[in-house]
Amino acid sequence: MNGSILRIENLTVTVNGGKRILNNLNLNIDYGETHVLLGPNGSGKSTLIYTILGYPGYNIENGHIYFKGKDITNLPVEERVLMGLGVLFQHPPKVQGVKLKKIVNICGERLQKMIEMGTIDLKEPLIKGCIDLDDQTKKLAELMKFPIEFLERDTNVGFSGGEIKRSELMQIMALRPDLIILDEPDSGVDIENIELIGKIIKELLQIEAKPINRIKAGLIITHITHILQYIGKIDRAHVLINGRIACSGSPDIIIPSIMKYGFDECQICVLTRGDSECGENKK
Amino acid sequence: MSSDKKDREYFKEIAKRALEKKAPLGNDIDTLNFIVKDKDEPELQDLSSVPKNLEKTLINVGIDINERNRSGTYIQEGNKVGFCRSLDKEKVEILPIGVALKKYDWLWDYYWKAIPVDTDKYTAETEMVDEVQGYFIHAKEGANDIFPIQSCLFLNLEGLKQIVHNIIITEPNSKLNVITGCTVHPHVRRGLHLGTSEFYLKENSQLTFTMIHYWSEKTAVRPRTAIIQEKNTSFINNYVLLSSVNDIQSNPITYLNGDNAQCYFQTLIHGKGNSIIDLGARSILKGSNTKAELISKIIGDDNSYVVSRGEITGIGYNSYGHIACNGLLISNNAKIDSIPRIKAETIHTTLTHEASVGKIGEDQILYLKSRGLNEEEARDLIISGFLEVDTSNLPKELAEETKKLIEIASKAAG
Repeated sequence: MNGSILRIENLTVTVNGGKRILNNLNLNIDYGETHVLLGPNGSGKSTLIYTILGYPGYNIENGHIYFKGKDITNLPVEERVLMGLGVLFQHPPKVQGVKLKKIVNICGERLQKMIEMGTIDLKEPLIKGCIDLDDQTKKLAELMKFPIEFLERDTNVGFSGGEIKRSELMQIMALRPDLIILDEPDSGVDIENIELIGKIIKELLQIEAKPINRIKAGLIITHITHILQYIGKIDRAHVLINGRIACSGSPDIIIPSIMKYGFDECQICVLTRGDSECGENKK
Repeated sequence: MSSDKKDREYFKEIAKRALEKKAPLGNDIDTLNFIVKDKDEPELQDLSSVPKNLEKTLINVGIDINERNRSGTYIQEGNKVGFCRSLDKEKVEILPIGVALKKYDWLWDYYWKAIPVDTDKYTAETEMVDEVQGYFIHAKEGANDIFPIQSCLFLNLEGLKQIVHNIIITEPNSKLNVITGCTVHPHVRRGLHLGTSEFYLKENSQLTFTMIHYWSEKTAVRPRTAIIQEKNTSFINNYVLLSSVNDIQSNPITYLNGDNAQCYFQTLIHGKGNSIIDLGARSILKGSNTKAELISKIIGDDNSYVVSRGEITGIGYNSYGHIACNGLLISNNAKIDSIPRIKAETIHTTLTHEASVGKIGEDQILYLKSRGLNEEEARDLIISGFLEVDTSNLPKELAEETKKLIEIASKAAG
């Protein structure tokens, strides 16, 4: 599928009475592509996620966000989500009284709704071989190596870092959005589970499918790059520095460079546009 | 107990002197503003022909009209018994209290024993009626594996005062489940419900008592409840109030007299409209190794004012008590007042309490929105989750039944 699924134009965002976090940011992701957005702490990664999602408190001073060709800059959160946008959160809140099973079921219901609305192009809302939502949720729990009783736990209450990630993934798998934003998908995950999580993300993003058959798009936001080796081919990498995309290009060039020199070099690169191993923005 | 107490005149004499005695808690209700008048005939006389307009009323408070998986039913309309029958009489009997007091001389030994008749003006007035109404439920010795008994008491006339005196006795080694609903006829807005309930748990017996209250916004309610527990007994009380009420005050007391007696109170309240709600539970841990847990969860909605009380007195050796009261304010005009109290009278008791009042976090709402729910759906989900009944200490079938009943009540309350 051709064309852009997410296009961000000249986005400037302030928080807390005027503090500018994103500064004239531009970003484009096409259908079927997976991008990685790298950046040091405080560069504006979280602000970008919450702004794309439409959370309050992130004031858009300038610019537009287009999702599937529609200007969603002023759309409520849930409407964006029902267009096929999903986020895997790094620090989701505890939701006392709402069981994990319930929330995963709700995600499944929402997918059904999206299929009915025609926003998601799928024929079958349930994962292959599942009889109903409860059954699907159970199977997802098994896949995530959760005991069945875990589904009765209040969502995110007392979850470990790895459990949060797997719970988030369960929800996203039931929701199957067209664009998945993954916020630090490997933070707090132990070594045994990182491969599992990487494998599932790979499937969700259809990374191994033929490019022509790939619809699902992804934006992986991270300040470290461990998980990327498990996910496989990433189409494009961006570096976010001080609220701006400082550098975009091939992940094969940008990632090794960051591994080698860290974000400090990027910082210098932005300031001087001097010598850098990172290709495209070099002047 | 001496035989001179085996008639109502004896209690009436004591009651007379307490007719002006105000209750220590709650607004003083002027009972003269309500009438005791009866309809000539109860509207409902048989469960096989329930008038359509009453069907929902009954179902909403847990009555199974077909008496499926029930071992008996008691329905009281206003101050008249509409329907009463036992389906498993060998194991458990349910009778109108007036009938039972005539049939069983020994029942007088329990009449006003857990609650003194002169406790306050409401108990006093309860004794002053010509004909005492209410149920007597008797689980026979060793009776086990019996379906729940169901009961429903409802106000059937505008401005009526319904007066009830209930007694439950569980004989040694019996296990009894009671589902009871108190409500109003769909046409009734204003009324007063005065209900005395005395429960006696004999050695090694268990009682699970689930009560669903479904009132109207002009109903005043003053239940008076006491439970006496002998050794190795277990009392589980689930109480649910999800509808509006004018003014309700109740503070049941359990006396855990016997060793190893346990009680568990779970109170779920959704304070709506202009409701004034003052509900609590008290436990006296007298026996050794006694245990009490008083759990309440409260939603403060609209203009409601909810007082939640819990009081545990630790006297017995190795007794344990815990009070948990969690409140969720979802309206800026609602108030929650949580009053946990623990009294230790021995060094050998362990008493704890926790209380919290909070609001629904904006982050939680946003999180649920990010899964495609709108504001209202997200709030409803959090509220219903907060008020979800904990049935982990009930047997599986009863747990499912209890969940189902509370779901129905919750849907009906909107």
